Amino acid sequence: MGPLVPDVVSNNLNLILAFFIGIAFGAILEQAGFSSTRKLVGLFYGYDFTVLRVFFTAGVVAMIGVMALSHFGFIDMNLVYVNPTYLWSAIIGGLIMGLGFVIGGFCPGTSICAVAIGKVDAIIFVIGVFLGVLIFAEGYPAFEGLYKSEFWGNPKIFETLSISPNLFALAMVCFAMLAFWFVGLVERKVNKEPLKQFKLRPYYIVLSIVGFILLVSAFTLKDRKSAILQVIQDEQYVKSNKLDVMNVDEFAFRLMDNEEELEVVDFREPNDAKTLPLPKSKLYTIDNLFEKEPSKHLQVRGKKYVIVANDEFTERKIGVIVNELGLNRMMILEGGLNYFKEQIINFKPIQNPKTLLESYTNRFREKASKIIPVLINRNRTLQPIEKKQQRVLGGC
Amino acid sequence: MNKINYMNPYLAGFLLGLLLIVTVYITGRGLGASGAFKSYVVASAETIAPLHSENSKFYREYRNEHNSSNPLMNWLVFEVTGVLVGAFISGLISNRLTLTLEKGPNLTNRLRVVAALIGGVLWGVGSQFGRGCTSGAALSGMAVMSTGGIITMFSIFAGAYLFAFFFRKLWI
Repeated sequence: MGPLVPDVVSNNLNLILAFFIGIAFGAILEQAGFSSTRKLVGLFYGYDFTVLRVFFTAGVVAMIGVMALSHFGFIDMNLVYVNPTYLWSAIIGGLIMGLGFVIGGFCPGTSICAVAIGKVDAIIFVIGVFLGVLIFAEGYPAFEGLYKSEFWGNPKIFETLSISPNLFALAMVCFAMLAFWFVGLVERKVNKEPLKQFKLRPYYIVLSIVGFILLVSAFTLKDRKSAILQVIQDEQYVKSNKLDVMNVDEFAFRLMDNEEELEVVDFREPNDAKTLPLPKSKLYTIDNLFEKEPSKHLQVRGKKYVIVANDEFTERKIGVIVNELGLNRMMILEGGLNYFKEQIINFKPIQNPKTLLESYTNRFREKASKIIPVLINRNRTLQPIEKKQQRVLGGC
Repeated sequence: MNKINYMNPYLAGFLLGLLLIVTVYITGRGLGASGAFKSYVVASAETIAPLHSENSKFYREYRNEHNSSNPLMNWLVFEVTGVLVGAFISGLISNRLTLTLEKGPNLTNRLRVVAALIGGVLWGVGSQFGRGCTSGAALSGMAVMSTGGIITMFSIFAGAYLFAFFFRKLWI
């Protein structure tokens, strides 16, 4: 599951990758014509809209791509850097940058491309950017109030507008297409070129079919998480699904044995878990199973995982999710913790045991009912599973 | 040899979009540019005026945010170095390497230099407020659908269109 940094790709390799990503970035910008200041500002005077076309195509493609990655569970968006929203700072900063754009004729990224191919004005511009950052740094006490006002956290735009991400992406695609069409008209008018006759070319048809398929699939295919959560709504399926069940005596025995391999995956509410914290357990929520870091702890080889919840039906549901996600095979506790409490912790000996088994059961459970509460008491320090949700630091 | 034409903008945009997806998938962050300038400024300040940068709040906050001791061991610094190399290679292939001062048709060289410098300064300040520039805030923000990034993007375009009229003499 992505992002690949820092476990698959180490932090040092990441820096080297940054260099190569930069090469591709610079080459694309330069090939698109972003090293020419006249071409860049063209969009503000109507004679050349290259920037707008490149920018919005890239934005829309990337948006849809990232959305698809997260939709099908390839990337944990909780770990991806989402630019924070400081409302006034974003608006004022944007306006200042816009002013800088029409005066200077570059933005920082494109100015570097222009420097690379020997544009003298770009070198001056780059010096200007350094000075600008320095001015901000030295005047920071004066700017800080505005810089930090109206902090909204790191919301996504569809959360702010409370619409579905698909809908926002669709709106953005429509906006981009309309813009492309409109700027084409403006460009021809400003440059006094004749309007082009629309000709149906084969690749237009291919593109529209691809677009249509994307549109339909975005609104019909469920994302991985809700598809799996849908499966466990089916009570019959959950009940009939075969899972390995560990009976209460075995569970008690393994706990008392303090077995190395045993790992109790506790899905109770934190409050329940606090009153009765099981030894060797970690607290999980169902959401944790879909996240990169927490789910990694459930894939250690050689561990014996036991899913624990208050009742067996909940355990079965979670077992189904675990299987669907392809995590390690896990066992569930017979009857859930409620049954475990009744049979082991608050064990009432069977009166007048008739068979050998009953008397063995009596003997074992009486012993367990004394030892396990001690183990539990030792385990009062139980904490929920630590979600190492270190977002990558990005942006500026 | 003639200059080779620029790439089709939609194709370039598509490639840029793919690059951004790959970047987000591998690194969990988007592309950027202005952050590298910031790193260089911080690094210079720490070298030239260590005492000052020790006490100044801006540098202190930068140090708290970035746990690396050397501000130049930064993702964006490496990426921007790559941009320089990539653009150079592209210019070499397409035969666009020249030492020129590009400007609008009715502009003196001196005025172009002054405008470029002022424009740069505005970007330097603005990108700090916006927490990123066109690449870091607008483009990458759009890719991850960040509210802040998209607001910054629209503000940049709005600001540019708002002021374009007053500076038309620089370009047309």
